[in-house]
Amino acid sequence: MHFHKYEKIWLTFGMASLVLFLSIVGVSAFSQDHTPAGGMTTIDPKKVNETAPFDKPGVTQLDDDTYQVAIVALAFGYTAPELKVPAGKEIIFKLTSTDVVHSFTIDNTKVNMMVVPGRITTKSYTFDKPGKYLILCNEYCGAGHHMMFTEIEVY
Amino acid sequence: MIAAQDRKLALWNIGVAYIAFLIGTLCGLLQVFIRNDALQLPSWLDYYQILTAHGVLLALIYTAFFIFAFFITGMSKSIGSFGPKVRLFSWIGFAVTTAGTVLATIMIVSGEASVLYTFYAPLKASGWYYVALALYVVGTWITSFALVGHYIVWKKKNKGQLSPLFAFMTITTIALWIIAGLGVVATVLFQYIPWAFGMVDTINVELSRSLFWYFGHPLVYFWLLPAYMAWYVVVPKLLGAKVFSDSLARLSFVLFILFSIPVGFHHQLTEPGISNFWKFLQVCLTFMVIIPSLMTAFSMFATFEIAGRKKGGKGLFGWFTKLPWKDVRFTSIFIAMAFFIPGGAGGIINASFQLNEVVHNTLWIVGHFHITVGTPVAMTFMGLTFWMIPYLTGRKFTKSMQKLGFIQVITWAIGMLLMSTSQHILGLLGAPRRTAYSGYNNHPSALEWFDGILTNHVTMAIGGSILFLSAMILIYIVVMSMFISPKAVREEDFVEFPMAESDKENTPKWLENWWIWIGIAFVLIIIAYAIPLSGMIHHAPPGSEGFRTW
Repeated sequence: MHFHKYEKIWLTFGMASLVLFLSIVGVSAFSQDHTPAGGMTTIDPKKVNETAPFDKPGVTQLDDDTYQVAIVALAFGYTAPELKVPAGKEIIFKLTSTDVVHSFTIDNTKVNMMVVPGRITTKSYTFDKPGKYLILCNEYCGAGHHMMFTEIEVY
Repeated sequence: MIAAQDRKLALWNIGVAYIAFLIGTLCGLLQVFIRNDALQLPSWLDYYQILTAHGVLLALIYTAFFIFAFFITGMSKSIGSFGPKVRLFSWIGFAVTTAGTVLATIMIVSGEASVLYTFYAPLKASGWYYVALALYVVGTWITSFALVGHYIVWKKKNKGQLSPLFAFMTITTIALWIIAGLGVVATVLFQYIPWAFGMVDTINVELSRSLFWYFGHPLVYFWLLPAYMAWYVVVPKLLGAKVFSDSLARLSFVLFILFSIPVGFHHQLTEPGISNFWKFLQVCLTFMVIIPSLMTAFSMFATFEIAGRKKGGKGLFGWFTKLPWKDVRFTSIFIAMAFFIPGGAGGIINASFQLNEVVHNTLWIVGHFHITVGTPVAMTFMGLTFWMIPYLTGRKFTKSMQKLGFIQVITWAIGMLLMSTSQHILGLLGAPRRTAYSGYNNHPSALEWFDGILTNHVTMAIGGSILFLSAMILIYIVVMSMFISPKAVREEDFVEFPMAESDKENTPKWLENWWIWIGIAFVLIIIAYAIPLSGMIHHAPPGSEGFRTW
């Protein structure tokens, strides 16, 4: 099979950039822990309200520098009492759903988690700036999907 | 001209495609006005019904029927008229696919299936909606097998010969489609239908999502490859050139079979139930598809330059001005290709693992598929429509139709540029996709998104309106060339199927050894999917009951 000389250069350049891109993404993911939201923990979607940590949803301080935020998503809202977390500390979000698939997305941050019934989604995030952030559902969940939102206050 | 009966088959497919196109684009127009809060729907119709119809009719129905019309026409031209069996099965396939389409549309309009075209469980539509989807896929399979049968007949008559490039590419696309369809057929038949009809109580949600995306990503290559076929086979003929390299064209197509399927997890990067290792592995496999895309880009521009220089283009870029810009069949496809440059680059961003968190399920994604399937693919199909219908009906492609064709593609390009740019920026700012009008109770962040010159609702509505105008011009052209334009009588009035010659003397035979390519494809699928999917089955949480939240 014949490759034109310019095509060889073009493809070599293309594949080299590909390797470079993937290396950056991979190194950043696995050596610096920049992985997307996820998690392998399962939960009975009918027993969410009796299962820790969702039996007491809301903010819990785990230690000096870490907070956990447990939230249940359901059509069309989030069951969590007042959400207030400090800036500059690690916040571990844990989400699950009691009905359909939702998302938990905090505007202006990298927190963008799919919430799947039967599964617990986890994401760790540290807020830099205090303020009130909009939280919304960006996965279609029914007639009131566009009304599904809440707010988190970072102090 | 190809056999009358094959023409009839192709024309019926095009007819259904454009009925779906008409309704689908109308739904699109309604959407931009609802999002703008400028339109109130009657109580029996809501935004998400229209959104479901828009997605299903344009992404699944328009594309598939048009693609099969193109395949039928091109296969009949390149390897001969269909035999009676091939013809019969093509009609059966057409009927089954149409039945699925009609049933799905009824379910959507009657509000029984506002689950969007991704139909994620545990949203539970009427069981008949899932039956309709199964009929749709199986119908396309029947037509696919008819075309494969036609190809096998040709191969038997021409032992040891490589098939013509058009036939090779058709079979590649069909192989991809059948392997991809296995995932959606499995989930619909074994998960959704028993659950929706109440034979079982619960569904394994994560498994159904993964099987859907096993299908959902190669689905986009099922749209794209026929467009690539036009770029590889039709465009050189319009330029008066040959195919740049037969063997590289075939190699890029088989690479698509390998690397477009074991990659569905890149649509699921921000969800639980799949470990980071498997997500990242599929991200790497996703990126492999860039290689055949770069090969295609090279072939295209090489063909342009060769043809332009032959016509007297001088200097570094002089050849560019010599391209046949006044030929709407070419210009339409060129604009389509130009849109694919930002479209493809956006795709790389979306699939980049953690970077996906920035754009996942935002309006950016909507912008992305409107400049991939919505323009490169759709506008290539428009460029094919201009000559394919007259070719099949034996009517003229008149001067006035050619002018209208230019207006049509240019308005489509302008409308799409406005709408998709707005969507891309809004998505980066954080605005979500798939939502009816919402200011989140006038939340300051949401008000900020829609405050820009390019990002306000009006820009999107103007873009959407221009697009609808363009769609109506296209419908007019379709109706004219189907039923009204004058019949061609003189030889020079007949419209040809532009199919470029392709030298296959130097093409190695192993490129057409399907066992190799389909074999490697399955090995890659097993590597990428076997362990994570069996984990989803063996370590499944209690399943979900259905919900009807609309």
